[in-house]
Parts: sequence; structure tokens; C-alpha cells
Amino acid sequence: MDKFIRLTGIACPLDIANLNTDQLLPARFLKVPRSAGLGAALLHDLRFDAERREQPDFPLNRPAWRDAKIIVGARNFGCGSSREAAVYALYDYGIRCVIAPSFGDIFAGNAVQNGLLTAIISDDEAAMLMGVLGEKPGQRLTVDLEQQTIQCGNRPFRFAIDPVRRTRLLNGWDNIALTESYIDKIAAFKVSDRTRRPWAAPSQ
Amino acid sequence: MTEPLTLFDKLWATHEIVRREDGEALLWVDRHYVHEGSFNAFNQLKARGARVAEPGLTFGVADHYVPTRGSRRVIDNPDIARMVRTVEENTAEHGIALFGVEDPRQGIVHVVGPEQGLTLPGLLIVCGDSHTSTHGALGAYAFGIGASEVAHVLMTQTLWQRKPKRMRITVSGCLSPGVAAKDMVLATIASIGADGATGHAIEFAGPAIRALSIEGRLTLCNMSIEAGARSGMIAPDETTFQYLKGRPYSPKGTAFERAVEAWSALTTDDGAEFDREVELNAPDIAPIVTWGTSPQDALPIDASVPDPAREPDAARAKYLREALDYMGLMPGTKLTNIAIDRIFIGSCTNARIEDLRAAAAVLSGRVSKVPGLVSPGSSAVKRQAEDEGLDRIFRDAGLEWGESGCSMCVGINGDVVPPGERCASSTNRNFRGRQGPGARTHLMSPAMVAASAITGTLTDVRPLLAGRKA
Repeated sequence: MDKFIRLTGIACPLDIANLNTDQLLPARFLKVPRSAGLGAALLHDLRFDAERREQPDFPLNRPAWRDAKIIVGARNFGCGSSREAAVYALYDYGIRCVIAPSFGDIFAGNAVQNGLLTAIISDDEAAMLMGVLGEKPGQRLTVDLEQQTIQCGNRPFRFAIDPVRRTRLLNGWDNIALTESYIDKIAAFKVSDRTRRPWAAPSQ
Repeated sequence: MTEPLTLFDKLWATHEIVRREDGEALLWVDRHYVHEGSFNAFNQLKARGARVAEPGLTFGVADHYVPTRGSRRVIDNPDIARMVRTVEENTAEHGIALFGVEDPRQGIVHVVGPEQGLTLPGLLIVCGDSHTSTHGALGAYAFGIGASEVAHVLMTQTLWQRKPKRMRITVSGCLSPGVAAKDMVLATIASIGADGATGHAIEFAGPAIRALSIEGRLTLCNMSIEAGARSGMIAPDETTFQYLKGRPYSPKGTAFERAVEAWSALTTDDGAEFDREVELNAPDIAPIVTWGTSPQDALPIDASVPDPAREPDAARAKYLREALDYMGLMPGTKLTNIAIDRIFIGSCTNARIEDLRAAAAVLSGRVSKVPGLVSPGSSAVKRQAEDEGLDRIFRDAGLEWGESGCSMCVGINGDVVPPGERCASSTNRNFRGRQGPGARTHLMSPAMVAASAITGTLTDVRPLLAGRKA
């Protein structure tokens, strides 16, 4: 997994509350293997009409935001389905950070597994940031995970993130190697749990 | 005197293998359900050359992509056929039991788990599907996970988690006739919002919850995720134990009695604290339908579609306009004046036997004005419904009686609502395009779907129940 330390990039505002993972990646693209890349399918049915023509007004289709690396979203970003491919689609498109007032729990967990930063700011800050980005399309932001700051012009914002997720992103760690270091404890738990909860095993 | 604990505290503590100083804990997983969509996780195992740690605690089902109308053996679409084949290959390679497309136990994972007695009180259950919260209805801690977490569980039978906050939703009183668990959960989501329970584990409690059947409880916990909570749960009781007795994978004989003893302790202690408490009154809940593009956009059937022009908050007005625009609705329209194009009864939310009985009680001797599909939640539910003659009621009403699977709830098996069409649906998500690109979904209970089928518009089921046994 790639580390996330600091990023400067174009930020695209997406002022859509409850932007669910069905929008981020419509279900019919879930059959596509990761190796094929899912960037083209990101937000497909909002970016394209039924004849696959681009919707010119959709922010990511506007020339200034086409190469965005950052999305500034509204509350409950990524709610709904657990599909991790919604994160793959963002990542494959080139998005490395989503800034929003809140995230769906499963989405935020999936993001950290793939090196995508979910940065939490207040509703007011999100509205302010969207306002600035709307006035200056193509504006770049600098997101610094060590400092937990977002720099927009001269204006710095603090953002929140779970400290464990922050450490994992900064180091590019995945959990498997970590868990394997607890292998003895897992084995011991399994043995004692069988006596403690004999009913927990499937009985057939 | 020990500190009083919530049901959730007890479930969490039982599964904690280690807790790090930073607050994350490594949890033991008792059951792991996989399906066709889990292929990304199996690919991660392949890439690492890893094996499944506990194949005996892992169960596979074919549900997301299986055809629910027409032939199940010959799948025309090669991409869909490949998805069904892949779960067969992955489970076979790792020695995982599979309830495949031709298995009599096949069905939607969240119907099959409880039905087979795989889902039990006190268990920690995960699945790469957000509606895994369903299984909490039996007193389990159950939540949906993403592909990387699925891979982690396959490899280690454990998962790192930070303990969520605790929320209790207490529903007092008694539901009125014609009002179901689906109405209760839609009322809850409308009240607290689609992110009202984010970061929380919900416990549903109170007399109205106790009075629910297991099917009703499964519906309720199923939609916890639509309020933002990864898990919802209900303390097991006599209703739970009766439901589980004699199920294929439940403990047998004296082992069952000992299990019931242990399960009986899985309740919230008096005086235990929750981070948030919400209270609802069951008699206040009317049959509910959604009008917009989030499950929180839900109103009693006698209400009207909201008018953005009357909304003082600019952001909220924009939200309403966009939802109404997608749904093709004029502000202020009475919900009962909204004409529908088709109906769907199915999904992990509302396709159990009780749901089919409730819909059939309304449809019996009547004819649907619109086409529609009834897809039973499992192959076992299908057989039982046919034994009870429910399939005939649906067919006589002009509806299609299909096979079991996720079907038109998520539309990835090819069964979709055509663009622009409006569907009264017993499912869980009215998101844009959820039932197919351009599809417009109104969520409601199975009985309300049946009522809407009969009139061709969104309809209050209660008058249609007069003189009938619902």
C-alpha cells in the first residue's frame, strides 16, 4: 500500500449529501476485476447520461477539476453498500483524499486499507471550502497528514482522523503482517473459547 | 457489584483477543459468510499465496448474481455466469461449504444464515455486505466489511476494530394493525437521519421490539445500516430460542439447553449506560413509504411530497429539489396520488415467509394493476410458500413468482427496473439507480407493496385489510 504523508493537488467540490457507494460505483461495475481499473466507472451515472455522453455540468467533467486528486464532499460521504470497489474507483481515477464532515463507517474503513485519506472537517468548514473552490475552479489544496492540516491559499484548516488510521496511512501498513505477530494469542484464544462457548461452533 | 453492561459490551468483551493501547482490538470471528462479490478478497489471498484459516467457520452462498427468473442452470450473460462460477471455485479450493445455485439451502445470505441456525446469539458474524447487520436480530454482533477485511478474516479469522459507541432505540407500546417492522425502521431512519447512528452499535429494545417475530426483528436490524450503524441487535429471548430450536446448524439436545442458559445472560443490565438513547412510540407509527433517494426520505402514507419552496434551509431545499427531480415528482403531490409502473417483493429486508404471507393476505382474490416480481428470500422460503399456496395467490394476481436471490434489489443479476419506471419495492435502498440506471424506487413494507399493486398507486394497506386476516 502507498504511504500518504503530504499531498498537493486540485480539489473538486462535490456538494451532495449522503453520496452513497452506489453512486461512487454503480453495482453493474462490481464484476470488473481490480486489475482492469475502475477509474472510468467512478460516479458513472452522475458523470454520464444514459447514452454515455458526459454531463458537462458535473464538477469532475469540468476542465478545471478533471485532474482532481482531492474531493471535498458533504456529510455522510460513502454511506450505504460495503463495496470496497467504490474506493478502488476513486483511487484508480487519481483521488487520494476525500475531505468531508462525516463518512460512512464501512467506506472509511475501506479507504484506509487502500491508502485513501478520509479527512473530517466541520459542516461550516466544508461549506466554506466548497465556496472557495467554486469561486476558483482548479484551486489546489495541500493536505498534510503529519500536521493534520489542509492548506487552502493562506487559510489553514485542522482536520480529524482516527489516530490508528493516521499511523497506518503515514506508514503504508496493512494489517495482515501486524496480525500475524499475534498468532500465538489467537491460537490460545481459540482453545480457551472452545471451553467457554462450546455452543459457538456450527453443530452439523 | 460489577459495573452494569450493555448487551453490546458483553458481545464485544467475549470476542476481544487483544486490545492495543491505541484502542483498537483484535476480535475473534465466529462466522464468516462469503458470496459471489467476495472474489476481490479471494484474489488477495491468491496474490499472497495464503490459505483460509478456518474454512469450517466460513460459509458461502450464491445470491447476488444468481438469476431469479428463467433458467438457473444456463446463465446467458457470460459475465454473470463467471461470477456464479467463481464463488463455486473459490469455496471449493479452500474447503468452504457452499449453498450454491442448485443447493436446496440456497438463498440470500441474510435469510439463509438465521434459517440454517448458523446465526446464533452471542456470535460475532461478518460478511462482505453492509446488510450483515441483519443477523443482530438473534442477539449476535454482526456487521458488514469491505474486501480487504474479508481477506483478513479469511486469512486469520480475526478483525481489528475500534469499539463503536452504544445507542439504544427503545420502542414502547404496540404496533397498530397493518403496520410492520419495516414501518418501524423507516420511521426510525426518518427520525434520526441516514447518518443518525454513524459510529454506533444500535440495540433495539422495548415492548414493541419484544412483540416482534424473528422475521420482523431481522427486517429491523437489516436496515440499521441505512441509519449509518454497522450493526443493530436485539437481546435474545424465548422467541429467539424457539426460532433456533431444531435448525440444521443449531446446537442439539442438551447442548441446546446449555446454550440457551448462556444466551439468556445476553441482555443489557439494569443501569447500563448508552452513549445515545432514542425513544419511539409504536402506536404513533403509520404505514410509511419513501418519496426520495435516501431511506431517510420517508413519510406516512397520508402525507404529501415535500415542497422545496417552503424549506427555509437552502442546503435542505437543494437536497429536496434534486431528490424530487430524480424521482420525477411535483412538490406537494399527495403520496397516494403517485402512480407506479411495477412492484417488487424480495430482498434480505423483506422476503421471508412472514413477509410473503403479509403480501398474500392483501393480494388474495385480487389482481395487480401493474406487473411485478416476487422473489422469495431463500429456496426454503420458496418451498414453504408453495406448500402454503402463496405462489398461487401471487400468480393469480398477475405477478411473477421467481427464484431466490438479491434480484431486483440491487439489479446485478440482470433483473432491473427499466429507466424512468417507478417501482413499489419491499427492499432497503431507494438510492438513485439502485434498481437499475434511472429506476425510481419507493420503499415500503411487503403489505404496502401489495396494496400499491392492487390500486396502481402508492396506497394505504389498512382499508384493504378490512375483514381479512392479516
